[in-house]
Amino acid sequence: MIAALAFYVFAAILIASAAMVVTSRNPVHSVLFLILAFFNAAALFLIAGAEFLAMILVIVYVGAVAVLFLFIVMMLDIDFTQLREGFQRYAPVGAVIGGILFLELLFVFGSWQFAPEATALRINPMPADPTLTNTEALGRLLYTDYILLFQIAGLILLVAMIGAIVLTLRDKQPNSRRQDIAVQVARAEAVNLTSVPPRTGLGVLGIQRRKLPEPPKPKSLGHAGHGHGHDEDGHHGGGHH
Amino acid sequence: MNWTLILPELVLALVGLAALAGGVLPKRDTHFAVNMAVLGGLLLTAVLVVAQPEGDAFNGQYVADAFTRFMKLLVLAGAALGLLLAMDWNEKEGLGKFEFPVLLLFSSLGMMVMVSANDLIALYLGLELLSLSLYVIAAFNRDSERSAEAGLKYFILGSLASGLLLYGSSLIYGFSGSTNFDAIADALTGMESVPFGVVVGLVFVLAALVFKVSAVPFHMWTPDVYEGAPTPVTAFFASAPKVAAVALLTRVAAGPFGDLVGQWQQVIILCSLGSMILGALAAIGQKNIKRLMAYSSIGHVGYALLGLAAGTEFGVRALLLYMAIYLFTNVGAFAVLVAMRRNGRALEGVDDLAGLGKADPAMALAMTCFMLSMAGIPPLAGFFGKLYAIGAVWQEGFVTLGVVAVLSSAVSAYYYLRVIKVMYFDAGEALDPRPTSLSVVLTGTGLFTVFFFAFPAPFMAAAQAAVLALLG
Repeated sequence: MIAALAFYVFAAILIASAAMVVTSRNPVHSVLFLILAFFNAAALFLIAGAEFLAMILVIVYVGAVAVLFLFIVMMLDIDFTQLREGFQRYAPVGAVIGGILFLELLFVFGSWQFAPEATALRINPMPADPTLTNTEALGRLLYTDYILLFQIAGLILLVAMIGAIVLTLRDKQPNSRRQDIAVQVARAEAVNLTSVPPRTGLGVLGIQRRKLPEPPKPKSLGHAGHGHGHDEDGHHGGGHH
Repeated sequence: MNWTLILPELVLALVGLAALAGGVLPKRDTHFAVNMAVLGGLLLTAVLVVAQPEGDAFNGQYVADAFTRFMKLLVLAGAALGLLLAMDWNEKEGLGKFEFPVLLLFSSLGMMVMVSANDLIALYLGLELLSLSLYVIAAFNRDSERSAEAGLKYFILGSLASGLLLYGSSLIYGFSGSTNFDAIADALTGMESVPFGVVVGLVFVLAALVFKVSAVPFHMWTPDVYEGAPTPVTAFFASAPKVAAVALLTRVAAGPFGDLVGQWQQVIILCSLGSMILGALAAIGQKNIKRLMAYSSIGHVGYALLGLAAGTEFGVRALLLYMAIYLFTNVGAFAVLVAMRRNGRALEGVDDLAGLGKADPAMALAMTCFMLSMAGIPPLAGFFGKLYAIGAVWQEGFVTLGVVAVLSSAVSAYYYLRVIKVMYFDAGEALDPRPTSLSVVLTGTGLFTVFFFAFPAPFMAAAQAAVLALLG
């Protein structure tokens, strides 16, 4: 009962957020709704007992792909209103093509023949050993039967990483700063220790001397400039005494 | 599980990781030491390959027999020679980075996985490991527009080929029920009529592999990539990966689909015919010697595929011998191209070879041998390669194929002879003195090309053993 309820809640939110991905005007909102859709799909996987797929969906799609989308949408200055301008004009053609595809899908499902074992396999997707979770089952398969292929795939990723670094990393760019732990951690280079003379007197105790009223300025005599400056100089000189 | 069987690959991978760490961690530039370590690793792996026992491992995903041994030794030789060519060049072009030997090593590892693959997934992963490394080293001279263009073109077209391969593999898996080559062969022998899906899948897989060997309908990338990539990288492209891809093509055709000869034979025949004709005609007008060598390599793949087109034991042996001879002759010719440098600037025109006959008689003589060998003039090695390949199709009664092969070989002799003519009869300035590493490569490959006729027996025996292992 609760499972069925949860299913309908998650499925409804999934479909609603998927619709929002397509219809919302702001692309950032679209990506955020996409993330919501991924989370709800992960929840549906959990209900179906495929916790590995659920976690992968969250980690890979939400953690990496959607965030990448978000970055790209925010960094590229795409004018989406301009992209949408031709919508009215192309809508009939799009509808016709969509209709044809829909009919073809109907034909495919009409003439689809399932293998005789398919139903049994679908009802019982879990491994033969009921104590084994499907993450564990996948891991056992991956690290035993397919260990060679798994390791080669790892090497391919390593080569991809080396390639990306070789082709793009430039050391001698004037504005690029590399991490240099020794320099950054060393006290002598990064932080200057200078001996600052401590403040003394009443200021240290937080007692402030009452500000003396400024001495009234002598009234300027019509023509400012040289004479005025001279007058000030004389005044300061007097103060220092 | 017999995991010690993959000791050569394991050692090579560990050497690669150690070389990578040795390049990254020290503060100073260690690319020379990394170069040497990778060369040592390749040699060590070759020794391990010779000592490798036969058998299969990892549930039949990996197989080791006389065929893989023959092909892996060729691949490792090609990689080591390619690295020797590249060391001095990279230094002079300011590309002396430790990543180059590391990528070369990982591409060799990919080729070894390809050669030993006995499973569609292993095949794909080996091919990707190879291709990804090749894309990067094609664009290795990243400040040159042409090099970047070569890398990008190769990447995009190579991805397309990978897609074809995966699509074909999925069809084969769907219709035969397994990705393992032995299981596919078992499934296909039991059937009275071959399922249509398997044939379509087979054609897709063949198309992807033919792309990798750059035979005719899928050759478009070759001239541009060969021209744009740094010259030693081109030398490597034209040697080791081609040998590995031909090995894979042979194993796929003869292993799991051995009973479907009628289905793939016509594909191979068409590829072979097209490659020979295009290689002969398109190279005539080329001014850039790297483009010329690209078309020449397309032609040579056509001759090699003759052996597979024959579909017999004799034919496959001819194919293996042809690839071995082609590898050494090609690397030798490219050693001369790498040495083409005047006042420190690398040259690529055919006309820039002018005057080499007077300025550097030894190198000109070596180049003459390589060109004549590629043209198929007896008693040089290339003649025997073509003799066996054409003999194999002739025996099977493919008269047209044999006649076209002989005619296109005669046409292609024109541009090989033109190179010799430019070297000896045109006037030109002297090139810069060639570095020692190139002299070593030139001497080795030159001696092989000239004296192959005197000692063919060990090669013939190894190729024979390889064929027996493959065809049973």
